[in-house]
Amino acid sequence: MKAAAFDYHRADSAAQAVQLLGAAGGMAKVCGGSQSLGPMLNLRLAQTEALVDVSRIEDLKAFTLQPDVLRVGAAVTHARIEDGELPDVTLGLLPHVASGIAYRAVRNRGTLGGSLAHADPAADWVTTMSLLDAGIVIVGVDGERTVPAHAFFLGPFTTALQDDDVIVAVEVPRFGAGARWAYRKLCRKPGEFADAIAAGWIDPARGIARVALGALDGMPQVVTGDAAVQALGQPAAVQQLLDNAGIDDEDARDLHAVLLGRMLKDLAP
Amino acid sequence: MTTITLHVNGRPLQAQAEPRTHLADHLREQHGLTGTHIGCEHGVCGACTIELDGAPARSCITYAVACEGREVRTIEGFDGDEVMAQLREAFSAEHALQCGYCTPGMLVTARDIVLRLPDADEARIRLELSGNLCRCTGYRGIVLAIQRVLAERRGGPSNAKVEAAHAA
Repeated sequence: MKAAAFDYHRADSAAQAVQLLGAAGGMAKVCGGSQSLGPMLNLRLAQTEALVDVSRIEDLKAFTLQPDVLRVGAAVTHARIEDGELPDVTLGLLPHVASGIAYRAVRNRGTLGGSLAHADPAADWVTTMSLLDAGIVIVGVDGERTVPAHAFFLGPFTTALQDDDVIVAVEVPRFGAGARWAYRKLCRKPGEFADAIAAGWIDPARGIARVALGALDGMPQVVTGDAAVQALGQPAAVQQLLDNAGIDDEDARDLHAVLLGRMLKDLAP
Repeated sequence: MTTITLHVNGRPLQAQAEPRTHLADHLREQHGLTGTHIGCEHGVCGACTIELDGAPARSCITYAVACEGREVRTIEGFDGDEVMAQLREAFSAEHALQCGYCTPGMLVTARDIVLRLPDADEARIRLELSGNLCRCTGYRGIVLAIQRVLAERRGGPSNAKVEAAHAA
C-alpha cells in the first residue's frame, strides 16, 4: 500500500527538529531511517500530517565514550553497530543484537533511536535497553534530559516522549571486567519480529545481575539482583514471572519459559 | 510536490516527488527504471532492494524526498560491474530464477554477500538471504549461484561443495 499524504521537513539540528515538531502542534512524527515508521505509514496503521527527518543531523550520527557510558547517537544505524564501528563497551552484546535485527538492507537504514521511539515490544533494542536500563537522552522545548529505559517505555508503542521531543542519544552502560551476557531470541523466520526474547547481564564488578524477558504483549519484564536472578532456576519463579508478564496462552508461556531456560544456561559462567 | 535530485546510476536526475512517494515508485514512475520491483511495500519481501550510498536498502520503505542528493544504484546500474557479471552467469547456470520477480533484489543482496562476506558458508548465505523472498526456486539454485561466485573469487572455478551438491 501507499502512505497517505504528509508534509516532509528535514531538520539540520535537534533544536530545529523540536521547533518543527512544535510548529506542527503535535501532528508530526520524527523519522530516522523510516524502517519502522515507513511500513506503518505504508500500511496506513499510522498516519501523520508531517515527517521531521532527523537522519542527517551530524550529532545524532556520532558516538562518544564517557567514563561510565557509551553515548550512541540516536541516528546510528543497526549496521554500524553490527560492524563493530563503536567501542565495544558491552563485550559484544550490542553487535550481536544488532546483527539479528530484520535484514541487512533494513539495518543499513534503521536507527537505534527510531527503534526505541517506535517501542514495539518485540523489537530487539527495546528488550536490550531495558536489560541495560540505558539512558534515553531526549531534547525537547526545555532542553536536554535523560530518562532511564524503565521510565521511558510506558507500554506497547507508548513512550515518555512528548509531541515535540526528539531522542538524540542512548547512554549504554560500560560493562565491568568479567561481565557476562546472554541473548536468546525466538523467531519463526530469521529477521522477523521475535515471538520471545530472553536476555541476561551479570556484572560482578558493578554489582549488577539483570534478566529481561521481551516480546510480550506489554513492555519487557526485568528481574534484578543476584537472588532474584538465581531464583529463575526454579519453576515457581519462572511461572511467577510469566504471570507478571500477563501471558495467558499456554503455548506462549512454554515458549518464553524454554527460551528463558536456554538463556540462563548461556549466562552461567 | 518537491523537486529532488538523486544521483541515479551515476547521473544526476531531477524530478518532482510527493513526500509520501517511496523511492521504488519514484524510480519506476519518474525515471522509467522498472527493474526495481515492488512486492510487499513494507520492507519484508526484498524485491525492491537497491543500493543507497553503496549499501543495500529497501526502496519501498525509504521515501524519495529523504534521498535528496544521495547515490542510488538500481539493477540497471550494474551493467559494467564485475561481481554482478559473475552473479548473472551463476544465476543462469544454477537456475537461480524462474519468474524473475525477486531477481533484481536477489542480485543486489547477493552482491552484498559476495563483497561483505567473502568467507560465507551455505548457512550464512541462507541467513543473509532471509530478507529476500523467492516463491519459485526454493532458494537452492540461488544459494548455489552465490557459492559458485564466492568460490570463483577465492581463486578456483571448482568448488567441492557446489560440485557435491550437484552430484547429490
